[in-house]
This record gives sequence, structure tokens and C-alpha cells, in this order.
Amino acid sequence: MVNGHENAPDLRGYDRFVVTAPAGTLYRGREGMWSWVAQRITGALTFFFLFAHVLDTALVRVSPDSYDSVIATYKNPFVNVLELGLVGAVLFHALNGLRIIAIDFWSRGPRYQQMMLWTIVVVWLVVMVPGAYFMLEHTFAAIFGQA
Amino acid sequence: MTASVPDIKAPRSQRRFGSSGRSNFELCSWLFMRMSGVVLIVLVLGHLLIMNVLDGGVQRINFAFVAGRWASPFWQVWDLLMLWLAQLHGANGLRIIINDYAERDATRMWLKTALYLSAVLVLFTGTLVIFTFDPNLT
Repeated sequence: MVNGHENAPDLRGYDRFVVTAPAGTLYRGREGMWSWVAQRITGALTFFFLFAHVLDTALVRVSPDSYDSVIATYKNPFVNVLELGLVGAVLFHALNGLRIIAIDFWSRGPRYQQMMLWTIVVVWLVVMVPGAYFMLEHTFAAIFGQA
Repeated sequence: MTASVPDIKAPRSQRRFGSSGRSNFELCSWLFMRMSGVVLIVLVLGHLLIMNVLDGGVQRINFAFVAGRWASPFWQVWDLLMLWLAQLHGANGLRIIINDYAERDATRMWLKTALYLSAVLVLFTGTLVIFTFDPNLT
């Protein structure tokens, strides 16, 4: 009697054929999954920003003063750092979007998906480091004073 | 002697969703995300570069700066195309997120109603502003 059932097949000795899901599979918990999560988060955040941004720009139709005063918010040092975050999110979303297109349309895309993710991470850093310098230049000067 | 025979479909017959049959809406949505995404890479990254990085970045932006740019049809078309593609791309992305996470039918319906209303508001306002911009406004 095996497995508590009289008629159950005798599976003794077949243990090595039983595939158990390891903690991380090819996708779950690995680069593929986290890039998917990051694509959703960066996309949703950018969508909410776009809603605010179209409406704040619409103030050019109200009066030059009201537009200039809402744009002054963007020049505030704290908001300037948030803008850097927005640029970083959009740039990741764009680069990872190209990777997704390559996975979908390029025959070898799925095979190189992991390598492509690390490639776009490097490209992201190469663009963001000088980008952060130029975007925060004025904010640094405002906070720490011109050297 | 008649026995009721259960209606068994032929193997590999097409699955039908609802009474209206299949639609390729989701295929179009999938393709639209990729095609609009490629165009948006140029439009949005160009916009971010001009507005935030080049020539003093955000510090130089004011009403006069906008008036100078929208004097050119090139930037009007750029901004109009970017507005429509970004809003449709983003709204479609949020539609997919809502479908994935909102499990109750009523919740999904209300969230998507709010989403579509906000998309119409943004597209209408943005388009109106680009077409009716007045550089001499005081």
C-alpha cells in the first residue's frame, strides 16, 4: 500500500523525476519579474504626473502671470529633485520598453532578455549621471551658494 | 428511445468570448503600446532634454519661452502629437493595471470610468490650449 490508497501506482524510486518549483524560477523573483514591476510603477507615476502637467501648462491660456507662478514651483530646489526622479523614471520606462519590443519581435530577444536588462541599466546610469549634474546645477548653487 | 446528448463542441473549435464573438481589441492595444512607445521615446526624451537639461533647464521657462516655441508650427505639432500619444499610451497602461488588480466588477467599472473621463479632460484641455494659444495675452 502506497500513499494510503490501495490502488495507487507504486511511485517509489521515481522521486528524482518529480519537479518541485525552486524558490526562484527562470522568471519569478528574477530580473524578468522586477523589470516588469518597475515598468508598471514608472508608467503609472508618469501617467499621474502627465495629468497634473497638462493642467498646469493650460494656465498659459489664463494669463502669463498665473503660468509663471505655477512654473515657479518647478524651479523650487525640492521639486527640482523630484523632477530628476521623474526623468529617471521616464528614461527607465523608455529603455525597458525598447527591451520589451526586442523580446517580442526579435527571435533571440527572450534568450538575451537578462543581458539586455543589465545593458539598459548601464545606459541609464551613463545618461543620468551627467543629466543629474545639469538638472541640479542651479539647485546646488541655490542651496550651497556659488563657489 | 431518445437520450439527451450533451452538446460537445468539435475539438479545436474556436473559443468564443461573449455573444459578439472575438475582437482583436487587445491585440490592437498590445501593438499600439509598442508603436506609440517608439515614437514617444523621441518626443518625450527630446522634450525632457530641452526643458530640463539644455541651456539652463527649467530655470529659463516662462510664458515668453512658451510663446517663442509655439510660434513655430513644428513645436505645435510636436506637442500635440506628444499629448495624444502619451495620454492614450498612459491611459491604456492604467486600464491594463485596473483590469489586473481591481477584482470586483463594480470597482473595475468605476475606476475605468474615472480613467476615461480624466483622459477626455486632459486631451480636450491640452488640444484646446495648443490651438487657441495667444502670445499677446495679458
